[in-house]
Amino acid sequence: MNVTISVNGIPYTREISGDVMLLDFVRQCGCLSVKRGCDTSNCGLCTVWVEGTPVLSCSYPAARADGKQVTTLEGVRAEAESFGQCMARQGAEQCGYCSPGFIMTVLAMARELPDPTEEEIRHYLAGNLCRCTGYTSQLRAIREWLRERRQEDLE
Amino acid sequence: MYHIKEYLIPESVEEACHVLSSDPRNHVALGGGCWLRLGERRIAKAVDLSRLDLNKIEEEAGWLVLGSGVTLRQLEIHPAVTARFSGMLGAAVSSIVGVQFRNMATVGGSICGRFGFSDVITALLSLDARVVFHRAGEMPLEQFLTSDGCPGDILTQVRIPDDGRQAAYESVRRSSTDFPVLTAAVSRTGEEWRISVGARPFVAMRSREAERCLKDGRGAAAAGAAAAEELRFGGNLRASEEYRRQIASVLVRRAAQRLEEEPG
Repeated sequence: MNVTISVNGIPYTREISGDVMLLDFVRQCGCLSVKRGCDTSNCGLCTVWVEGTPVLSCSYPAARADGKQVTTLEGVRAEAESFGQCMARQGAEQCGYCSPGFIMTVLAMARELPDPTEEEIRHYLAGNLCRCTGYTSQLRAIREWLRERRQEDLE
Repeated sequence: MYHIKEYLIPESVEEACHVLSSDPRNHVALGGGCWLRLGERRIAKAVDLSRLDLNKIEEEAGWLVLGSGVTLRQLEIHPAVTARFSGMLGAAVSSIVGVQFRNMATVGGSICGRFGFSDVITALLSLDARVVFHRAGEMPLEQFLTSDGCPGDILTQVRIPDDGRQAAYESVRRSSTDFPVLTAAVSRTGEEWRISVGARPFVAMRSREAERCLKDGRGAAAAGAAAAEELRFGGNLRASEEYRRQIASVLVRRAAQRLEEEPG
């Protein structure tokens, strides 16, 4: 079938088979930040946004995204860089494999919950597994970034 | 691995039903699609239900009506849902994988799969929910769960009596976002109680003995013991039959106690 999917604002028209998942589609469009982890909708590594909503691209049929806007880490580079600096400072990135999906979920959370509590942060990020950090440094990075954003808003 | 030969995105429920009913074994409805990759299946026609306008939550006189395409995340954050049943529906789904998964998984997919581990079914069963199929019409969720299902048909709505009932949910998981080892939901309208227990590992069932205990004022502990005695449990890789039976009495007791403490 023929689909047109906007990936980071650029429309891609492709002939695809019915079982292609969005993960493979966006990678074929050059968005190599999107990683294959468990491939069974559990680990959060493949998180992208469809119409601004975070979903697991390993289990989201590409055909379902026909005519929709998909955003990957490549599409939110400036914002991701500001959060990435907090990650680097807090040691929240070790092997780095889960970072793209993690960052996409953090940025989605910041849109949905501008001033989240500690509990809300933990709950929102529960679907992003990380085998290196033990999560503590990730939580520090999120808190630092949110603090910086609030500071910038005040200035 | 799964294989989809043809992917269809129908624009009407009737059109979707027509395709599904023409070969119910090989034509498959896709709700959230979340478990697609866990299955071994060759699908001749995948029928995507995401563009049928089934994702609405409506407040009708005496009913809260969920479209079958409502996502689990909507149950968690939509004010019409969180304001009712002591916020129990949101609590029930909040440990299912992560936000991204719950943005995809639908109420209809959770029900039609009739998964034993379903938090959604456990919760809805305790709320006396009714399901509406395009062709088979409306029936109690409990009846659907014990029937042969509705192959080739499409679930369009879930209707929950909006009768001011209080509700409480409990589950045990080996880790916070894992499948549940056991689930229990209790609701109360005045002196009427509903108790359902799921992930036994079989699909959720009501315990009428436990409900009678509470109605007769014999207390939460007696209700827990009655549910453990009445229902069938089994063992699998997550827990043994004996463990589940023990846990069932505890979870039912805890949920019932919470409601005993609240005005009915």
